[in-house]
Amino acid sequence: MQKLGMGQAVNQALREEMHRDPNVFLAGEGVGVSIHLNPMFPTHGLLEEFGPGRIKDTPVSEAAIAGLAVGAAEAGLRPVVEIMFNPFFTLASDMIVNHAAKLRYLSGGKSAFPLVVRMKSGAGIGAGCQHSHNLEAWVAHCPGLKVVMPATSADAKGLLKSAIRDDNPVIFIEHMGLYFAPMPVPVDEYTTPIGQAEVKRPGTDVTVVTWSGMLGVAMAAAEKLAQEDVQVEIVDLRTLVPLDKETILASVAKTGRLVILHEATRTGGFGGEVAAVVMEEGFHHLKAPLRRVTGPDIPVPASPPLERFYIPGDEQLVAAIKEIL
Amino acid sequence: MKISAEKQKEMLWTMLLSRRFEDELVELCKVEGKIPGMTILSTGQEAVGSGACAALEPEDVIITNHRSHNHLLAKGAEPNALMAEIYCKRTGCNKGKSGTLHLAVPEVNAPCTSTVVGAGPPIAVGQAFAQQYKGEQRVTACFFGDGAAAEGSVHEAMNLAALWRLPLIFICENNVYAGAQRHEEHTPVPNLAVRAAAYAMPGETVDGNDVLAVYLAVQEARERALAGEGPSLVECKTYRCRGHGETDPQHYQPREEICSWLEKCPIPRLRDDLIARGVLTAADYQEMEGRAESIVMEAVRFAEESPYPDPEEALEDVLA
Ligand SMILES: Cc1ncc(C[n+]2csc(CCOP(=O)(O)OP(=O)(O)O)c2C)c(N)n1
Repeated sequence: MQKLGMGQAVNQALREEMHRDPNVFLAGEGVGVSIHLNPMFPTHGLLEEFGPGRIKDTPVSEAAIAGLAVGAAEAGLRPVVEIMFNPFFTLASDMIVNHAAKLRYLSGGKSAFPLVVRMKSGAGIGAGCQHSHNLEAWVAHCPGLKVVMPATSADAKGLLKSAIRDDNPVIFIEHMGLYFAPMPVPVDEYTTPIGQAEVKRPGTDVTVVTWSGMLGVAMAAAEKLAQEDVQVEIVDLRTLVPLDKETILASVAKTGRLVILHEATRTGGFGGEVAAVVMEEGFHHLKAPLRRVTGPDIPVPASPPLERFYIPGDEQLVAAIKEIL
Repeated sequence: MKISAEKQKEMLWTMLLSRRFEDELVELCKVEGKIPGMTILSTGQEAVGSGACAALEPEDVIITNHRSHNHLLAKGAEPNALMAEIYCKRTGCNKGKSGTLHLAVPEVNAPCTSTVVGAGPPIAVGQAFAQQYKGEQRVTACFFGDGAAAEGSVHEAMNLAALWRLPLIFICENNVYAGAQRHEEHTPVPNLAVRAAAYAMPGETVDGNDVLAVYLAVQEARERALAGEGPSLVECKTYRCRGHGETDPQHYQPREEICSWLEKCPIPRLRDDLIARGVLTAADYQEMEGRAESIVMEAVRFAEESPYPDPEEALEDVLA
């Protein structure tokens, strides 16, 4: 085992896949020469290793970056492009939503679009709402895209390798807060399948379904509740689309209680989708109404006390769990 | 030169105030937790905002970007409220919601700072349209970087503004870098002012470290806009003397390049010029420095002593 931040794990995945497949190339703002001279960042050192032919620094042009990926993917390359922060996805969204997601369908299945769009998400950096806005539910709502949101470095590495090998467009969202949290990552070659959730902590009394940066919050709440003899089972979705309903339903069947935890805002958040699946297919397992713990329906504010108020915390989760025990 | 002595001194003053304000931020952001988020400064570029805003009237509008402090101070934003917002305190101009990156000061007709690169120009189109629609004698000026000039939104805004002859001044602050990418790494044209030709509007490249040149170019563009002749593009060539933000080690910026531009600093340049022309005395300048010092110190004191907002205040102001 090695200990890596999520950025370093992503870096390893990119390196390994670029060595494996000459059709993989990277493009984005500062993916080559960056304002961060920091090995914890995902594209650190790649320009030196692979050269400017495969590590393409671009102008500040998100639509062109995403379009580059769409066009090049159809032409047989495997683009991995970066949108610097999740909110800037809006500028790339026509290419992703109307094209990456739809062109295969529109071709009657003749064309494939093996591309990956990586972006950083997450609150907690004090930069405010134009840098911190979790938009995973937007992309999850578009048929034709896969949506991956790892919570650990090991999953990030394995899932990114799968995403690059996948013949579909994959939106790969990295939580910035995890770049600086070293976590164990296997040294040997491996991939992690897209579309499989993982039980990150087994328990018997209540299921918490979560993903990305909120796994840590769920773990902390589970620790606290364990002191009170409440055993929390934590399901880390890892992939939102395709959604691993079986793992969620199996856990709810075991515990009979469900709390969904996500950092994104509440209304229209992906938690609503998880809730609907459980209501439709696992209602009979539920011993109590399910609960959602999410960011409130506000833009992420810059001021530290306001931003802390925004980000769901373990105490909120503990309280929500106690409500339904 | 047809610029009044008062105007010239005003420009020197806003440049000086802005520099002193941002020099303080350089120090403050080194203290862990004091300045949340990013600290993005315009050191060495002050001639752009100060020259442009001096050519505008108070009723004119500016739309700005992530590197906004100089633009806002030159437009007359209140330093205490600005500093308190940068500290993310409740007394800040946006109650701590925006922080340094999205400072909105509608009181001085600076209603929007967008940190989404390239977002300013389309919003400026809307402001200029409203001015035209209401038959007002005012204009909108929009600051954006050379990097932003690569966003499609900027081209759409230029085309629409030119098509509708909107009273809009596009001010491209070309400071050589966009993040870690040099000008020639993100656009094949050496002068972005040539883009204006594509939209049948005048485009001019001026020395962006010469505050008087910026002033004159913006003044001319303003007159044109007020005469109903439509938008103009003014490209101000300057240099980003500090990093993209304060955590940027500037490893990709040649030392000699930074030093050569520090020598072209617009503040001593105007000061020496004004003293040589007898418009200003050394004592006047010292007085200005002292005034800037006390304003900035007062702003810091105000920000330090101000409370943070209460957590629940996060819920306010989402909808009208
Ligand atoms: C749409 C969008 N893409 C990327 C970024 C990240 N970013 C912030 S500033 C910047 C460079 C902008 O360069 P320029 O417009 O020249 O302004 P400067 O920073 O040089 O003042 C980038 C890429 C952003 N804020 N918004």
